[in-house]
Amino acid sequence: MLKEYPSEWEGFTRGRWSDSINVRDFIHKNFTPYDGDESFLAGPTDATKKLWDQVMELSRQEREAGGVLDMDTKIISTITSHGPGYLDKALEKIVGFQTDKPFKRALQPFGGIRMAQQACREYGYEVDPEVVEIFTKYRKTHNQGVFDAYTPEMRLARKSAILTGLPDAYGRGRIIGDYRRIALYGVDKLIEDKEHQKATHFVRMTSENIQLREELSEQIRALSELKELGRIYGFDISHPAANAQEAVQWLYFGYLAAVKEQNGAAMSLGRTSTFLDIFIQRDLDRGILTEAQAQELIDHFIMKLRLVKFARTPEYNSLFSGDPTWVTESIGGVSVEGQHMVTKTSFRYLNTLNNLGTAPEPNMTVLWSVRLPQNFKRFCAKMSIQTSSIQYENDDLMRVTHGDDYAIACCVSSMVVGKEMQFFGARANLAKCLLYAINGGVDEVMKVQVGPKYRPVVGEYLDFDDVMDKYDQMMEWLAGLYVNTLNVIHYMHDKYSYEKLQMALHDRDVKRYFATGIAGLSVVADSLSAIKYAKVKCIRDENGIVVDYEVEGDFPKYGNDDDRVDRIAVEIVKSFMDKIRKHHTYRGGVPTMSILTITSNVVYGKKTGNTPDGRKHGVPLAPGANPMHGRDTHGAVASLSSVSKIPFKHAQDGISNTFSIIPDALGKDTKIFSGDLDLDALAQEAADDEA
Amino acid sequence: MDGRIHSTESFGTVDGPGIRFVIFFQGCPMRCLYCHNPDTWNADGGQRMTAEALLEQFEKNRAFYKNGGITATGGEPMMQLSFLTELFSKAKARGIHTCLDTSGICYQPCKPEQYEPLLSVTDLVMLDIKHIDAEAHKKLTGHSNANILAFAQKISERGIPLWIRHVIVPGWTDSAEEQQALGYFIGGLHTLKGLDVLPYHDLGKPKYDALGIPYPLADTDPVSPETAADARQQIMNGIRRRLKEEQTDKTKASGP
Repeated sequence: MLKEYPSEWEGFTRGRWSDSINVRDFIHKNFTPYDGDESFLAGPTDATKKLWDQVMELSRQEREAGGVLDMDTKIISTITSHGPGYLDKALEKIVGFQTDKPFKRALQPFGGIRMAQQACREYGYEVDPEVVEIFTKYRKTHNQGVFDAYTPEMRLARKSAILTGLPDAYGRGRIIGDYRRIALYGVDKLIEDKEHQKATHFVRMTSENIQLREELSEQIRALSELKELGRIYGFDISHPAANAQEAVQWLYFGYLAAVKEQNGAAMSLGRTSTFLDIFIQRDLDRGILTEAQAQELIDHFIMKLRLVKFARTPEYNSLFSGDPTWVTESIGGVSVEGQHMVTKTSFRYLNTLNNLGTAPEPNMTVLWSVRLPQNFKRFCAKMSIQTSSIQYENDDLMRVTHGDDYAIACCVSSMVVGKEMQFFGARANLAKCLLYAINGGVDEVMKVQVGPKYRPVVGEYLDFDDVMDKYDQMMEWLAGLYVNTLNVIHYMHDKYSYEKLQMALHDRDVKRYFATGIAGLSVVADSLSAIKYAKVKCIRDENGIVVDYEVEGDFPKYGNDDDRVDRIAVEIVKSFMDKIRKHHTYRGGVPTMSILTITSNVVYGKKTGNTPDGRKHGVPLAPGANPMHGRDTHGAVASLSSVSKIPFKHAQDGISNTFSIIPDALGKDTKIFSGDLDLDALAQEAADDEA
Repeated sequence: MDGRIHSTESFGTVDGPGIRFVIFFQGCPMRCLYCHNPDTWNADGGQRMTAEALLEQFEKNRAFYKNGGITATGGEPMMQLSFLTELFSKAKARGIHTCLDTSGICYQPCKPEQYEPLLSVTDLVMLDIKHIDAEAHKKLTGHSNANILAFAQKISERGIPLWIRHVIVPGWTDSAEEQQALGYFIGGLHTLKGLDVLPYHDLGKPKYDALGIPYPLADTDPVSPETAADARQQIMNGIRRRLKEEQTDKTKASGP
């Protein structure tokens, strides 16, 4: 039987979305592109200012308390584990915290109980002994599962850090639930849809199908808990959102449920601004919302996203240089029909950087296209100069692969919202791999055999063909070990720490990306270039291990738009990706690769010995696909051009480039120096004076 | 033919409109006390490059330069007049906007035809007038400014858009008289399109140390942007005075 459409949808243009879960169709039928400038934007309301002052005060207290203000040591965090928490209930337009009060970190032991204990101990707390007992004796964690299955070789590669940052002791993250579905359809409709998915699923009980059936049941349970979370805060989210405030609140409940359940390495939000704009615009058109109120909703929403906090260990924080949550929100972009998707709410999101001040979270990411409207581009540029808080990604490049409803997880991982997910795979250190090739699998820092005992380089000087041949074999070994290690991790994560709420906000048959990553690309490119174009002399220790290098002569360096070395970088990326592709991946994951170490390159540098490009042990690797610091000597365009040669096809999980520039180098302040002199106007002025 | 090139900068944002590929020519006859590129003085240094090789670098990243072009600077690009002419001719043939950033010191007013091929392929001239007074100019740079001012007139007569640059150096170009006199002169240049007034900075000092040359303005403090802004006003006043006079002349000529 066909049901009536819910009254909450009045004023929306109907389409496929009305009879099936299809947020993209809803957006395209209903959004209002905005070409104007930022002059319509509103400043913070008094309520916003008061709340933000309160947040700043709590932040100060948190800093003074040594980085953590309060921790839950007894209640295990689930979607419904805590009662409601508020800053100031009367002032908050959007509500909900991970625990029963702001700044109190939740206890999330499913990834690993030891990690949870360490995180607590670091800040002077102790996990309740009963909880510890449960998670050691009775309830196995992801971390324990992984180590049960690891081979000795995997453990060693992990220890030497040729494989690093593996999500084997913490939540893998990088999954984006389609939180918009809650606002558009209400939870009941989503449960109904999941029940249908289960009822129409294969009946033959292979292990794959059993796994999926169990997961669908878990998802349905998570959705019921999500409704309960709404009730805890006094909302009935079983039905669709009826207005803008409900839309923001319903969507946020979905995200909140996710961060209550998972302490993932990146808990990204998706692509919500243009979706929410449709609800905001409808209320503005109905005359029941003002611009100031619309901005307030967004300000309060963003404020909540800024207050997402996890209990993490010092090792974790040093790997990621701080305590990032990667609440990435993707803004803008262009539709497959060529229509830009910038709305007023795209501006409103960025405007929170004015109203609440700058912050690294949420990670506002503009999906940049040459076809974005000029006014929006200008606003982005202005906000970037003012705040340095905006990330840019190439929509023209990614749209080809993902269409126009994808979002970024973490910093560069693109996936279609609700239809694609990824298994996050940290990274392999290719710079270290090169040293293994030279030393026949012996680790240059630990001085033990980690890789296979291949023949090391002999002789005083490195020969390019010889090194390339050995490097190729060593990468072959590394790729195999890497993929297998990740297979273990993701098997166990699904088993012991399944992201049931986030996956409930996906289609049943999702495309899974099997994400891998590499670190040290520019070190490898420059090292191979040095070997090829200069002379590199080996310096061996008493055991014959090459521990240092002397470079004689100059060589082309990656980052100067010089094909001689840039092609080496391209070749390495392609070659390693091809090696990854040879291997079986868990659940048929499609292998991808990223080049994105934004922060952990510092730690990797500490663990990587001297390299043939002249880099010394301990010096950080360059972040992502960046040229090595100070080696790009021909200006920004040449540097960017080198990076842009890396083929997206072979690094589909993203290529990052960290770019800093002093404002003066972007052109002079027009108010002081330059500006076109209009001699005619001046002459006219003179004539007028004369008259 | 080859040019002697000091270096290139792929992301020039202050040397002409848009994002520009900036080519630093090697060699300069001037010895400005505040020069921040002393490493470009020696005319025998640099690396030899052809116009094609330089334009090839531009072409590879042409998408970045769609509102920009190339800028020849230095050093003093006009010291290598025939190479510069070849470079700009070939750039124009490829539809690239050309900007010449020069001190004008190499211009010889007695042989104007020598510069005709270059000027016919130059879209914009950025002329750095160091000092309006001939004597002071000589002290500051080692040369008189007569040829430079003649070059400015020539550019104006040729109808080529012109940006004027002037550096405010304490004790040298920080008087209102000098600034107004400069304004009065450039107010008479009819293709004047821009005026950059730059505060003196000492960022070039480490280069002097590296080259083993004593830094001539060791006792001079860098200038604040506010001072430069005030100076720009003085120059603008000079321009206005010139324009007013011309207006008066016109009125006189046409009768009341």
